[in-house]
Amino acid sequence: MNIETTTQADVTKAVVEARNLDLVFPTSDGSVQALKDVNLTINKGDFVSFIGPSGCGKTTFLRVMAALEQPTGGEITVNGMTPDEARRQRAYGYVFQASGLYPWRNIARNIKLPLEIMGYSKAEQEKRVNEVLELVELSGFGGKYPWQLSGGMQQRASIARALAFDADILLMDEPFGALDEIVRDHLNEQLLKLWARTNKTIGFVTHSIPEAVYLSTKIVVMSPRPGRITDVIESPLPSERPLDIRDSPEFIEVAHRVREGLRAGHSDD
Amino acid sequence: MKTLIAVLTVLSVIIAFWYAACLPMNIKGVLTEAERAGAEVTPVGAKERRDLGEIGLVLGNSFAVPATWAQDRPRLPAPHQVAQELWKTTGAMVLKGKMMSKRSLFYHGWVTLSATLLGFAIGTGLGILLAVGIVHSKVMEMSVMPWAIVSQTIPIIALAPMIIVVLYSIGVQGIIPKAVISAYLSFFPVVVGMVKGLRSPDGMQLDLLRTYNASTNQGFWKLRLPASMPYLFASLKIGIAASLVGAIVGELPTGAVAGLGARLLGGSYYGQTVQIWSALFAAAILAACLVALLGLIERMVLRRMGMGA
Repeated sequence: MNIETTTQADVTKAVVEARNLDLVFPTSDGSVQALKDVNLTINKGDFVSFIGPSGCGKTTFLRVMAALEQPTGGEITVNGMTPDEARRQRAYGYVFQASGLYPWRNIARNIKLPLEIMGYSKAEQEKRVNEVLELVELSGFGGKYPWQLSGGMQQRASIARALAFDADILLMDEPFGALDEIVRDHLNEQLLKLWARTNKTIGFVTHSIPEAVYLSTKIVVMSPRPGRITDVIESPLPSERPLDIRDSPEFIEVAHRVREGLRAGHSDD
Repeated sequence: MKTLIAVLTVLSVIIAFWYAACLPMNIKGVLTEAERAGAEVTPVGAKERRDLGEIGLVLGNSFAVPATWAQDRPRLPAPHQVAQELWKTTGAMVLKGKMMSKRSLFYHGWVTLSATLLGFAIGTGLGILLAVGIVHSKVMEMSVMPWAIVSQTIPIIALAPMIIVVLYSIGVQGIIPKAVISAYLSFFPVVVGMVKGLRSPDGMQLDLLRTYNASTNQGFWKLRLPASMPYLFASLKIGIAASLVGAIVGELPTGAVAGLGARLLGGSYYGQTVQIWSALFAAAILAACLVALLGLIERMVLRRMGMGA
């Protein structure tokens, strides 16, 4: 037990550290406090879900991590650098709610897009495309155009695109939000497998309590006006998670705590 | 099949209307000629008829109806007269092996077409360059866009002679001035369409490139330019038609002897209405062919890009 904790501590390394993070958007009718006093540590290999109602700042926090928004106060480091430095070093793979595949490129060439931009050799591009296509179970679909694929397959292709280069942080902004429940279950299961195989650190924004509980090692519950963290739950669930774990008492207990956290955040309106 | 019937119906209504319009338009001239030739016309004397309604004259002199469709210099030539003239100056010339004779519309059409294509190429190139500048530079947008818009509010017919005079004074003549006028008309739709097209990628697409730390250049070649293709082709179709108009207008003030514009002008000098109308139709057919050709290229390009339906 003791030995295990020490090795754990060696591996565990903070990837993202946010201290007293504030972000105020100026709008035409006054300013909006999108993030207020956010403190969070994400360790290497964590699967962190951000859950909360619209306007709670979960997407904003993800965007701050990726240097797509600038915080107006506090500090945040990614891999020990500022988010923008980390971005320049291509530390992120970002998956949006829409797949955002280019309609004029087939799937393989869509996945090559970041590789072309980052200057990988042609042979390396081919190799990586095949690897990630296999990883998201889309082998053989490289020659198809996006419109020839279902919504779930398109989203898998966009995940493959984010995995193709060596970003060790995968940020996903409601990637399965537009998909139906059954497809979503399947993709969640796949995503966990993928996470186990690639050992990436994942930030995952969602609206869905079961999705957050099923996927995460750490669940960050947020609430709106101003956007803030109300609870951080370390999941007690084992890393091996078949879909039917969702009927286990532990799962239901965590889900209950998330729901309580969300309700507490709502009590002020 | 149903579409074909509908299209043919519309076409025949237009032609019927055209034939009907020939009656009142041409009746006075026909009656004057007929009277001179000794026919009995009511009322007698061109002076008497001058202030009478045309429709009344047609009803009172129904014998003259066929003649309204067969005058030498009608006010409004009948469709078959225009068609005959068109054939006489195109197909018939080809059969005689004189395709490029000065009386052939192929010859005049080619003169106008070459200026059109040159002007279209200049206008499209200029339009794309301006659009790229406008999309990438706020200063450029604020300094160039207003002028581009103002440029299109000046009637080309007023500007064309000045362009020709100015260019002539610096020793430029021939095809170039026409191409310049043509380019002047065609660059604008390309600018507007390409600015919209280059800006069509949404925030998410741009954010994605940002996470890859892509350069502006890479964003342009990999995202903005391909995304703008459908917009470009829509603009090109408007641009080529405008180019043709520009080339024709460019032929008017110079008293050019060749080109569709010259045919129009010559026809109006000598009261050759049939010639005017056949030149008009030649221009319309040419424009339709050019637009159709662009449509074909559009389909091929978009299909190659994987965006064709």
